[in-house]
Amino acid sequence: MKIKPKKIPMREQDPKERIKNFNEVPFGYTEEEAVIEAERCLQCPKPPCIEGCPVNVDIPGFIKAIKERDFDKAIEIMKETNSLPAITGRVCPQETQCEEKCVLGKRFEPVAIGRLEAFIADWEAKKGIKIPEKPKPLNIKVAIIGAGPAGLTCAADLSKMGYDVTIFESLHLPGGVLTYGIPEFRLPKAIVEREVNYIKELGVKIQCNVVVGRTVTVDDLFNEGYKAIFIGTGAGAPRFMKIPGENLLGIYSANEYLTRVNLMKAYRFPEYDTPIKKGRVVAVIGAGNVAMDAARTALRMGSEKVMVIYRRTEKEMTARLEEYHHAKEEGIEFHWLTTPVRYIGDEEGWVKEMEVIKNKLGEPDESGRRRPVPIPGSETRMKVNMVIVAIGTTPNPLVAKTTGLKTGRHGVVIADENGRTSREGVWAGGDIVTGAATVILAMGAGKKAAQDMDKYLKEKYLNGV
Amino acid sequence: MFKITEKQELGPKVYLMKVKAPLVAKNAKPGQFFIVRVYDKGERIPLTIADYEKDEITMVFQTVGLTTYLLSKKEVGESVKDIVGPLGNPSEIVKYDEGSVVLVGGGVGIAPVYPIAKGFKEAGNRVKVILGARSKNLLFWEDRFREFCDDVLVTTDDGSYGRKGFVTDVLKDLVENGEKIAQVTAVGPPIMMKFVCEVTRPYKIKTIVSLNSIMVDGTGMCGACRVEVGGETKLTCQDGPEFDGHLVNFDLLLERLRMYKKEEKEAMEHFEEKEEIVHED
Repeated sequence: MKIKPKKIPMREQDPKERIKNFNEVPFGYTEEEAVIEAERCLQCPKPPCIEGCPVNVDIPGFIKAIKERDFDKAIEIMKETNSLPAITGRVCPQETQCEEKCVLGKRFEPVAIGRLEAFIADWEAKKGIKIPEKPKPLNIKVAIIGAGPAGLTCAADLSKMGYDVTIFESLHLPGGVLTYGIPEFRLPKAIVEREVNYIKELGVKIQCNVVVGRTVTVDDLFNEGYKAIFIGTGAGAPRFMKIPGENLLGIYSANEYLTRVNLMKAYRFPEYDTPIKKGRVVAVIGAGNVAMDAARTALRMGSEKVMVIYRRTEKEMTARLEEYHHAKEEGIEFHWLTTPVRYIGDEEGWVKEMEVIKNKLGEPDESGRRRPVPIPGSETRMKVNMVIVAIGTTPNPLVAKTTGLKTGRHGVVIADENGRTSREGVWAGGDIVTGAATVILAMGAGKKAAQDMDKYLKEKYLNGV
Repeated sequence: MFKITEKQELGPKVYLMKVKAPLVAKNAKPGQFFIVRVYDKGERIPLTIADYEKDEITMVFQTVGLTTYLLSKKEVGESVKDIVGPLGNPSEIVKYDEGSVVLVGGGVGIAPVYPIAKGFKEAGNRVKVILGARSKNLLFWEDRFREFCDDVLVTTDDGSYGRKGFVTDVLKDLVENGEKIAQVTAVGPPIMMKFVCEVTRPYKIKTIVSLNSIMVDGTGMCGACRVEVGGETKLTCQDGPEFDGHLVNFDLLLERLRMYKKEEKEAMEHFEEKEEIVHED
């Protein structure tokens, strides 16, 4: 049989239409499309795609089941290793992970692993999610701090092993960045809710409105009988550039902008009570995935012009290619080699202009990307009435500080490859350890920690059984 | 869900509510705040903790926008959707060998001053309290302060009770009459705190203020509550809420508090329909 050189294309909302709504951009594969795409998989005897996956999903296995139209089996295989497939199918950077390793990708387009993953998860949701049988309870309490991707994964895995798992979440809804950060049009919140409910059905308890370090401490949790604790509190503290005028009205951190829209549903104000500003001309500073999310959100909020301002070039930006393409299709302007140096406000304190300087690229920096070097005298001004600063986030120092954990640069918690921290019985994983990274890496860290916690708990409390 | 166990109207548009929030009550310390979300579509707003005992916290608020308005419509036995706290750093309570601690509470700011005053008294300080309100019917808790404070001085803007004038007039008199003051802590409207700082500045009296910035999460995640202190940007939720008042840029604070004035008005236009939802929720 001749191999189809290209992925079955994904049907999606027309850019002109979709910038007027918050609905998901791709429509998802139909069964027919999924089966045809699954047929492209070579079923390699030593599949490199699995190695490319931070949680090691049996990729050829689940794709084979799709090809054979045994969708029940496909989702079962998926969920052996991945408890959140509807999410990872949508937000994983497959192009640098599984799909990058795909053998087919050497000559043609790789298999659309992510799309198949989302397909099979959505197929199950339509049919009704099957809850696996509960294991024999081990009667050992484990606490997870943070209900984001790392914590949810760690909790799901430990629960499947029989531990009594409680997640403590500081916000009023679980999901972490999946809920407050990633916009509806990229990851519908109904899907996050569905995946979180699945984890609850596994037996995991989620207690919202608990800020560990304030409402309770890690010591309190140990005193209450928790035998092991996993910290997955992410990198939630926004970074600012510390340039003049940055506190003017109309200047948001991407975190605030996205939290208002996604978690608080400000895009449905006044039906929902949380307000948000609608800038006519918006500058988004930075060119990572969060910047793309913020820019595309601003467009949907009704901004006339949205610009992404980045100090390096297209080549060095960290946003996924797919997100960049989506943003460009939707009409977002990109200003490369440009750095804001100060903001100018009107008499009431609202931002009205932004002074920027042009850069050229110099030698590579520690990230391996060429460093931007400002060109003296190249300052110009741009008219803006809203700015969203999306230059990255750092871990919130609260948990590490109140737990007495060793920390490193930018306040990351120091943990070994299994997530063990400097304190016995305390693991950490995800962005709090790596600094801002991806959902799937956080999930991988949660998974690894769960295995190591299991080993530790069995040795210590169950005589190695 | 957090159950309301007590509700009082302390004055026109001023309410006291006690809510069952065991973990918040257990860990609360003077000076800290919490975030409340009244119902499913509600906004998260910060309120200072006015008191706490056993498994209950006390909040005192004035209805100024939709959220406080909806909160005021809740009755005993009903619940609010979310409460998270205690947040922010507790007041730094020390024992001064010399000089008294003067606490200034203006409007609903009187309430959060209560645990702070108690803290300073329990630490062994001489504690004087200045309470200010626009009018007599807006003043509350004078008796509660009299129970333990060394002096309670009351002022109303319109002179309907206590001395006519502002808290700053009373504070100025104290300072000028040679009262030895080790520290002033002021909680109230930003403009009041700003002027309190102007009274104490020439005398270099340590002056702490508790800021009421706009917040979303209250844990350091959003950066909405940025304030300028000593020329540096700080987060009220994470670095505060108390700061050295002489270093605070109050004009910026006042500007940033006006950010959603237009939207607040728009939101209020929908209060009638929301009032019903709130009770169902």
